[in-house]
Amino acid sequence: MLEIRRASVLYPARDKSEPVEALRNVELTIEPGEFVVALGASGCGKSTLLNLIAGFLAPSSGQIKLDGAPVTGPGQDRAVVFQKHALMPWMNVLDNLAFGLKLQGVAKAERYKVAREFLTVLGLEGFEDSPVYMLSGGMQQRVGIGRALTADPRILLMDEPLGALDALTRERAQELILKIWEAQGKSVFLITHSVEEALFMGSKLIVMSPRPGRITHRFDLPFSRRFLAGESARDVKASPEFIAMRETILGIIFADEEKAA
Amino acid sequence: MTMDIQDDSRPAPMIKRIFRQAPTKPGQTYGVPGEGNTIKISVVAVLMVLGLWQIVTASGLIAPLFLPSPVAVVQKLFGLISTGFTGVPLWEHILVSAGRVFAAFALACIIGIPLGLAMGMSPVMRGLFDPFLEFYRPIPPLAYLPLMIIWFGIGETSKVLLIFLSVLAPMALGARAGVRSVAIEQIHAAYSLGASRAQVLREVVLPSALPEILTAMRIGVGFGWTTLVAAEMVAATMGLGYMVLSASQFLQTSTVLVGIFLIGGIAWCFDLAMRWVEKKVVPWKGRM
Ligand SMILES: Nc1ncnc2c1ncn2[C@@H]1O[C@H](COP(=O)(O)OP(=O)(O)OP(=O)(O)O)[C@@H](O)[C@H]1O
Ligand SMILES: [Mg+2]
Repeated sequence: MLEIRRASVLYPARDKSEPVEALRNVELTIEPGEFVVALGASGCGKSTLLNLIAGFLAPSSGQIKLDGAPVTGPGQDRAVVFQKHALMPWMNVLDNLAFGLKLQGVAKAERYKVAREFLTVLGLEGFEDSPVYMLSGGMQQRVGIGRALTADPRILLMDEPLGALDALTRERAQELILKIWEAQGKSVFLITHSVEEALFMGSKLIVMSPRPGRITHRFDLPFSRRFLAGESARDVKASPEFIAMRETILGIIFADEEKAA
Repeated sequence: MTMDIQDDSRPAPMIKRIFRQAPTKPGQTYGVPGEGNTIKISVVAVLMVLGLWQIVTASGLIAPLFLPSPVAVVQKLFGLISTGFTGVPLWEHILVSAGRVFAAFALACIIGIPLGLAMGMSPVMRGLFDPFLEFYRPIPPLAYLPLMIIWFGIGETSKVLLIFLSVLAPMALGARAGVRSVAIEQIHAAYSLGASRAQVLREVVLPSALPEILTAMRIGVGFGWTTLVAAEMVAATMGLGYMVLSASQFLQTSTVLVGIFLIGGIAWCFDLAMRWVEKKVVPWKGRM
């Protein structure tokens, strides 16, 4: 269980710019197996929050604890999927997938075995020896997700992982992530700009506001469970509850942006 | 934009061909600056200069003392191959010079690359070495040649050290720039997969720095050849630099030219080899 208690982040003033209060008194708990999605206007501190959880950033005040132990830096229990995949171009697909296991000192045969399993899950069979720079954007992104998963983290942190994908690839990737999430029971923290993606994927939604960055609304979401229970993605997204929820959220976000403008 | 279909069948005007961006063939990338084959153009350019050289010298416009004809230079080369220079066979001059340059180059790789990486990774190392490196880097080797000789004598040591120093700075700076070129996301990804600092250095920083290190090696060995003549100025009895210098004192211009072409040729062959290595070792360079 990940707990964030009254965490604030103040980026210090630089040259002529004012100090930025990127997060103020953020409270958030991510239970095991929970899928938390963060939505909010640009600059409201979503990436800052993710960096806090990942351990790349220490809070100015407040606490972050993973299973009771304070987070002091990045670690294998919190794998990150980046917006720009950040794969290693000098490795082929299989080696990229197995990279986390290599870092943990797992023997070659064993880590390739695990990587090959994910190759199938991710629909990348036949590409294990391809250099990653020769893959399409969607395939690269899938390798990025697979690389985080093979390391078997407790929590998967994703910062707009699907932002660069076309609509169809994006929906496939959403469904893929949900299926993996269900199969592996991991906790997930995902940032997105798409309200529809947030509603469809999350089991819990937080909406954030800028200046100072904070969590303003929390919702429990049923839609991903409905999809995983067998309902088709199209039906879920066309259901009246989904549409009503979408309007509510859009209203909140638009109000925020208008205030900012 | 509409295109005349017949346009493809007749040769486009030269100007248009140069400035038009033709679509790429599969497997290439569109719009890479300077993309395209240059071999034909280079061959033509070289042949034209050679032809001009031959015409100018054959017509007697320039005295052979100033510029011997290309034919005379080739004849001189064969002469040197069969009789040697100052009693030493030509291949020994070549071997001695190449030995000095590549010994210095190897030494500079062994010391310069780790030094540059360390300077890129650690502010302490950067603070320690940056002032010295930046200070001596722009000084021409000829200026500190006397010091080298006073300190290390007139033997092989001072020659190799002089070349080594001229290669060291570009190697270290290249490796250091390579460290800077790592994408921060790649480093973050490695840490969040459980990497230690040493692992990040070995598995992420080093491979990402490799393209820049290879470029630095190409530049560095060039500096080495540049310094060769200076290194062989004092108390040398062998070497291409020595050959060029002493031939110039006797106004043997064709020997000077042979020496110049030999140095240029060897450096060029090495550069071609390095480019081949680059293609094999860092095929991802500039592609991600
Ligand atoms: N390294 C930094 N130094 C100073 N200020 C920063 C830094 N990183 C972010 N900020 C500021 O903190 C605020 C929150 O940034 P953050 O990147 O967390 O936003 P975000 O919600 O991820 O935005 P987006 O949706 O555009 O990615 C912004 O106002 C930004 O200008
Ligand atoms: Mg962001």
